[in-house]
This record gives sequence, C-alpha cells and structure tokens, in this order.
Amino acid sequence: MAHLLSIITFLPLVAAAVLALFLRGDSPAAQRNAKWLALLVTLATFVLSIPLLTEFDPAKGFQFVEEAEWIMGLRYKMGVDGISVLFVLLTTFLMPLVIWSAWGAEKRVKEYMIAFLVLEGLMIGVFTALDLMLFYLFFEAGLIPMFLIIGIWGGKDRIYASFKFFLYTFLGSVLMLVAMIVMYRDAGTTDIPTLMTHTFASETISLWGFRIVGGVQTLLWFAFFASFAVKLPMWPVHTWLPDAHVQAPTAGSVVLAAILLKMGGYGFLRFSLPMFPVASDLLQPLMFWLSAIAVVYTSLVALAQSDMKKLIAYSSVAHMGYVTLGIFSFNQQGLDGAIFQMLSHGFISGALFLCVGVIYDRMHTREIDAYGGLVNRMPAYALIFMFFTMANVGLPGTSGFVGEFLTLMGAFQVDTWVALVATTGVILSAAYALWLYRRITFGALVKEGLKSISDMTTREKAIFAPLVAMTLLLGVYPSLVTDITGPAVAQLNEHVKAALPQTDAAAATATH
Amino acid sequence: MTSVDFPAVLPEVVLALYAMVALMVAVYTGKDRMAGLVTWATVAVLLAIAAWIGLSGSGDVSAFGGLIQSDAFSRFAKVTVLLGGASVLAMGYGWLKRHNINRFEYPLLVALSIVGMMVMVSAGDLMTLYMGLELQSLALYVLASFRRDSVISTEAGLKYFVLGSLSSGILLYGASLVYGFAGTTNFAGILSTIEGGHATVGVLFGIVFILVGLGFKVSAVPFHMWTPDVYEGSPTPVTAFFATAPKVAAMALIARVTNDAFGNARADWTQVIAFLSVLSMFLGAVGGIAQRDLKRLMAYSSISHMGFAMLGLAAGTAEGVQSMLIYMAIYVTMNVGTFAFILAMERDGKPVSDIPSLNLYAKSEPLKALAVLILMFSLAGVPPMLGFFAKFAVLKAAVDAQMGWLAVLGVIASVIGAFYYLRIVYYMYFGQEGAVLTTRMTASQWLMLVASAAVMVLGVINLFGIEGAATAAADVLVR
Repeated sequence: MAHLLSIITFLPLVAAAVLALFLRGDSPAAQRNAKWLALLVTLATFVLSIPLLTEFDPAKGFQFVEEAEWIMGLRYKMGVDGISVLFVLLTTFLMPLVIWSAWGAEKRVKEYMIAFLVLEGLMIGVFTALDLMLFYLFFEAGLIPMFLIIGIWGGKDRIYASFKFFLYTFLGSVLMLVAMIVMYRDAGTTDIPTLMTHTFASETISLWGFRIVGGVQTLLWFAFFASFAVKLPMWPVHTWLPDAHVQAPTAGSVVLAAILLKMGGYGFLRFSLPMFPVASDLLQPLMFWLSAIAVVYTSLVALAQSDMKKLIAYSSVAHMGYVTLGIFSFNQQGLDGAIFQMLSHGFISGALFLCVGVIYDRMHTREIDAYGGLVNRMPAYALIFMFFTMANVGLPGTSGFVGEFLTLMGAFQVDTWVALVATTGVILSAAYALWLYRRITFGALVKEGLKSISDMTTREKAIFAPLVAMTLLLGVYPSLVTDITGPAVAQLNEHVKAALPQTDAAAATATH
Repeated sequence: MTSVDFPAVLPEVVLALYAMVALMVAVYTGKDRMAGLVTWATVAVLLAIAAWIGLSGSGDVSAFGGLIQSDAFSRFAKVTVLLGGASVLAMGYGWLKRHNINRFEYPLLVALSIVGMMVMVSAGDLMTLYMGLELQSLALYVLASFRRDSVISTEAGLKYFVLGSLSSGILLYGASLVYGFAGTTNFAGILSTIEGGHATVGVLFGIVFILVGLGFKVSAVPFHMWTPDVYEGSPTPVTAFFATAPKVAAMALIARVTNDAFGNARADWTQVIAFLSVLSMFLGAVGGIAQRDLKRLMAYSSISHMGFAMLGLAAGTAEGVQSMLIYMAIYVTMNVGTFAFILAMERDGKPVSDIPSLNLYAKSEPLKALAVLILMFSLAGVPPMLGFFAKFAVLKAAVDAQMGWLAVLGVIASVIGAFYYLRIVYYMYFGQEGAVLTTRMTASQWLMLVASAAVMVLGVINLFGIEGAATAAADVLVR
C-alpha cells in the first residue's frame, strides 16, 4: 500500500482531532464512544502496520519510503529499516492494550483518549521519520501529550513531576536542535540516509582554549547525547523518570516505560553511531562506565524503594543501562542485543506497570507495605506477576534473558571489567524483583483491606495474554527479531568500522 | 513630485486621508455613536489596503529622491502590520463597547499610527525614518492613556510618553551624528560613505544611538522598562495593538536602517544587535517567571520574542532578515490569538487578567482551552506548532552566520521561558476548583482565537506560502 507509513502515523492524529472537535459532552455515552473510537483506531493502526512486517525485506535498506517537498528546505521523508521497523510495531501493538487498560478511567475520558491517540501518532512518527527536522518535530511534540497525561491524570505530586519531565527533556533536546542545524549547514541536507553516509569533521580543534579531540563530531555527539541520555534515561540524568512514573496514571506509565524510553536508544542507533562514528568510538569508555554504573547504582536504589512504581522505574533505568552497553560495544551481538533488550523491555516493563495498576485500582496505594499475601485471594494475578518478575530478572526462556545475555556478551568482548560490573546487575535485579514479589504476594494475608480483594477480571487477563505470549515467544525464538535487525545492524557496524581510523578498526575486529 | 513617485505612497496617502475624513465626519455627526461604524469601516479599509499592497505591485520603486523605498521588503512588512492592526481592531471593539469606552477616535488613532508604521518600513532616509516613527509614536502615546478616567491607564500613557520621547531624542541625536559625519541623511548615500567594512567613529556613535532609540521601540533589553507597566496599564485592546503591529514595524525599521544605510559596516552593528538579542531573550524568559498577571506576562513574553527576532538580524545575512520576517509574522499571529482570549477573560462582569483565574478553565470551555494550549506551546516554541519553525528559522540563520554560541544561548533561554507558558497550561488543565472564569466572546474574538490556533497547527504544512515572500523581501534588503 502506498503511503502506508503516513497512514499509520496520521490515523491516530486524525482520530484525535475528530474526538476533540466533534464529540461533545461528558455523558457516560460520550465517554463510551470516546473509548471505543480510541480502541478501534489503535486496533486499526495495528492491523494496518502488520504489512510492515510481512512485506519487509531485511536485506534491503530503507523501505516503504515516502518523500515530498516541505518548508524551509526540509523534506517530508518517511521510511523504515531493520532497526526502526520493530519499534513501529511495538508501538502499534502496545497501544490498543494501553487504551484497553484505561477502560476504567472516569475523569475527563475524552481528553484522556485524545492524549493517547496523539501520543501514538507522534511516537510512530519518531520511528519512521527520515528527515532530521521531521524527527525532531515528532520527538519534541510527544512531550505535550505526556505532560498533560501526567499533569491531569497523575497522582498527588503530579504538577512537580510534569514540569520536571517537560523541562528536563526539553532542555536536553534543544541542544540537539542546535546540533541538527549545524549538521544541516555542514552537509547541506536534513535527509537522514544521506547524513548517515556524510563524514563530519573529526580533526581535533581548539575552542576557547579547550582542545577537543574528535572535533566537531565530539561536540555534535554531546549535543545528541544530552537529548538521548535524558530520554533513555542514563545515570546521572535519570532523576526525572521515577518522579514521572510514580505520578503518571497506569496507562501513562506503560507508554512511558515501554515506548517513550526507547526513543533514546533508537536515537543513539540512528544518529550517534552512524553519523559520529569517530566520536562514538572515542567516548565508548564513557558510555560503558556510565552504563555499568547505571546498572549497579540504580539496582541498589531500587532495593531501597518502598513505592512499587518507583522500584520498577529504577529497574527500567538499570535495564536501559544494558541497552547503552550493547549499543556502544560496536559488535553484532551487542547491537542486536540492545535492540532486543529494548523490545523485550517494552513488553516486560509495560506488563509490570500494568500489574501495579491492577492492584492500585483496587487499593489506591502503591506502598509495598500496604500489601502482602495476595496469592491467597488473587492466584491468577500472582501467577502473571510472577511470570513478569522472572522475565524482568532475565530468566532463560523469557525475552529478558536474551537481551541481557547478548548485550553482556557484546560488552565482554570489548571490556571485561565493565562486563563484570554490569553482570552483577543481573544478580541485583533478581534481588529487588524477587523481594518485591515476595512482599506483595507471599506471606499471610493479614491486612484488613486486602481480605475482600478480588482477582483479575477477564478484561485484565485478556490484556496480559498478548504480553505473556510475546515475552515467551521472543524468549524461545529470538531469531524472529534478530533476523530482521541482523542485516541492518551488520551494515551499521561495518559503516562504523570503516569510518574509524585504521588502527582502531583493526583492534575492534580483532575482538570480534 | 512626479507621476512615478506618487503611486509609491498612494496606500499611505489613502489611509491618512481616510483617517482625517472619518474624523471630521464623526465629529460633525454622531461622535461616539458612530464608533461602531468607524471601527468596522477602518477594519475594511485596512484589509482593503493590505490586499491592494499584497496583490498589486512587484519591483522596487525609489520615490522622492530616495526618501521612500517601496519594495518587496516594505510590502511584506506593511501587509503584516495592516493585517495585525485590522485583527486587533476587529476583536477589540467588543471589549471597548462592553466597558463603555468605545470612542470613535480609537480606530482612527490606530489607523494614523499604522500610516506612521507604513512610512517607517519604507523609509529610505533618516528624515522619513524619524517622521514615520514620530507619527506612529504620537498616536500610540494617546492610545496608551486612552482610558482617561483610569489612573493606571494615564500613568501608562505618561510613562510611555516620557520614555518614548527620551528615546526619540537619542535616536535623533544619533541621526544627527550620522548626518554630520556621513554628510547625508539618505540611506544609499550613507552606505556609499562607509568603506573598508567599518564605520568611522562618528558614524559608529550614530549607529549605536539610532539602535538605542529603536531598541526602545521594540522593547529590547536594556530599554524594556516601560513595557510591563504600559502593557498592564493600557486598556487590553490597546495592549494587544502594542504587542503586534508596532513591533513588526520597528523591527522592520531596524532591518531597513542597518542593512540599507550601514550594510557596509556589518561587523559593527551585528555585535550590538547580538548583545541586545541575548539580553532580551534571557530577561524576557526570567522576568516572566514570577508574573501573576497575564498582560504583564505577555509583556515579558514579547521582550523575549523580540530577542529571538533580533537573533535573525544579528546574523547580518539575507537569510537572517528572512527569518526575522517569518518570525514576526508568526509572532503577530500568536499574539492576536492570545490577546483575543485575554480580551474575553471576565469574572463577575469585570475584566480580569490574573493567571490563577484560569483555574480549570479547560473543564468549562474545552475548545477554547485547547486553542490557548496550542498558542502557549507555540509561544514556547514546541514543535509541531509554528512558533517552533519561527525559532528554527532564526536559529538556523544564526548558525549559518557562524554564530553558534548565540543559537545555544537562544535555546537555553527558550527552555527557561517555556516554564511560564507551561504554567498557564497548568492552571487551565490541572488547577484546583475555584471561582469560574467566563469568556463570552464576540464572533470576531472567537474567530481570531480559533483561527490563530488553527494556523499554528496547519501552518506546518507549508507556512501558508509566506516563506517565498519573506525570501523575496530579504533579498531586496541584503544584496
């Protein structure tokens, strides 16, 4: 189908506009209509996006490309390759579940649905844009609906959290904007495939008396880093995430953890690596150690949390540490593993936040101490929560294992010490995840309020079913992902190696 | 005067004659009972002239021995000024009527100040520059104190008058220095006396004084002090006018005089403008944080926006001028929409403009709140709204002119400024229950609000084609 990418990007946006302009009133009927429209549109988007997978040819580069003139010398260009196509599908796959999970919402339902539809369109746009400014447009615009989702439907400290979320990420990305303009000036185009083959100057320069090794590339790299590191988020700029997660409503947390965070990792893969290979190579130790520290530090912080959502948020930061570790190892396993880890984390963390949502809806508290012994009243819930806890820990057979294993293997080939430090994170993650599980589900059911708690409804079970299936499927048959990402990753890898000065390239291939 | 010269100023002449005739007619007939008719007639005349200028003419005419330049640049600025003025008049009328100050002089003063602005943007000589500026300013001084029985409005008018005349004096002093050292007041003549890329010390002093005088008119820091008080004190329709058309005219005049007269000494004045730009961006962004009054907030917002527009000028290139024009056109549209909303804000029948009164406004008026939300994010420069593309254009011009550091400072200022726009969204959408704000809008106010919000979103598609016009305008100026 022609213009497939534009259709799946703009379908949710058009639906949001229809809801905003034509649906009147706040009656229960209007609310129901809003929910059904949102659900149907997200489902339709998912169905429409399936051909992306079936007709995708991993051997070719960018596919489903659309191009048109735009303003200010920019171009409207969309397309997907092996790196981005799965993120598009992750988004379209998760959004109907997210909408469905918000079925019980009662407060300003119409606006809630509009916000999620807008968010979906913008997120798909991020992964499909092939023009720098088009990418930036979608990347930044996503802040608006998320700001509103946290601010309107969030918890007690939602205002602080929403401002922190917005300003923190906005500051990161405006620096990237300046870098993008510099790239536009340097290469004379904003076309991403062209920029990926453009060589930016990497001779050492001197700026205000500072010697900058890697020259312009290093400066540009840091500007992009400012944006993606905040978005991912990496230690030490992760502090907005726990606040945002804790205050966001369940569906907002799911989108944030499962999809929005992936934009940071995707950005590193799409921009930092292919466009600034010399700087990436130069700063590899920095990224490695930041990632390793992130894994260990945030895992320890997660151990100390008394709020379930905060704990899972910190665990997300730790898992994103593996992603950056894999990306900056510059080898097939590491890069494949990073993409795999992001996809798998999309299912697992999304499911974990949904798990928290299930009991939050019943008890209206996220304090771990308020629970205990849930297995007695909620066997189905205990089973599903157990499954995703194990997946989060990285139990073989679940997708969590494959991602962690591949990234650690990639990192091990480059720097044994970093891999050693990062591997302790696997143990720590088992500690905090299992301890959380124990405190919530096991033990005697003594709390008065819990004695009448009911198990999951059919709707809730049905939401989890596809997530369980995907986690298992990817766990036992990872080639589903790596067959698609493999060729694109290999090409990226070759490109990076070729761009490096000769000695580095030799050393890098030796460890391969 | 020859037949070639006259058509170049025909629009100005028509508008001036209209204003005088309408004044006489209204005085001798119904006086204030004629206010409605005069207002709508003025709107119609302004729109007609905008269409006339926009659709007619191409090519440059240098009339009256270089006193008047009618070219693509002046046409772009004039159309923006006229449309801005017409919109403000149309949406302000309902407010003036409700508060019983719908005097027939109001639209005519606006028309006369627009005549001044049209002269300003087509000035080809220091004399015309000053004439246009003073015609505009005198009308604006009266407008600021238009609400005669209000102390705060009178105070605003007086402040504006005293500081405005001071700045005019400084500007005139600069003009006389330039005349003394260059030997001519004609822009082309001045241009030819500057050689070797730098102005002589005397002319340099003249440039600085002229920029100080003009910096006052666009409320660039450190000449911004009058802005918040005048914005707050003036009747809201007047504030809306201050925030739109005069800013475009003054900014265009800065572009005109710096490029036409001092284009051979770029390195000298780009520094001055870059300095004003950085200060304005930051002061506007920081100063707005603690404001509780929406009109004062818009004052700081406009200070910051002027800083961004000057970022384009500081580049000193054709691209810079083009980006400034695009910036100003988008800025005017955003401000028209925002002020259409402020004009309608009321509680218990009294106009209010404090930000906390917006509490949970989105619950009672979802569509209007959505429009304001779009405008606020656009003012903050968040894509995909047009406000982002305005910022993108000036930032790109700055980077292309090797002024990357200016661009970095600019984006940092825009993050600081984003805070106060977010605060408005916060009050509208997440605030607490409180006294209800009513916004009964006249049709024109509603139209301006919704249309400008729609423009902010739909403009992403092709900028409504202003890009080409702005490029043509900039090419005339920077050769």
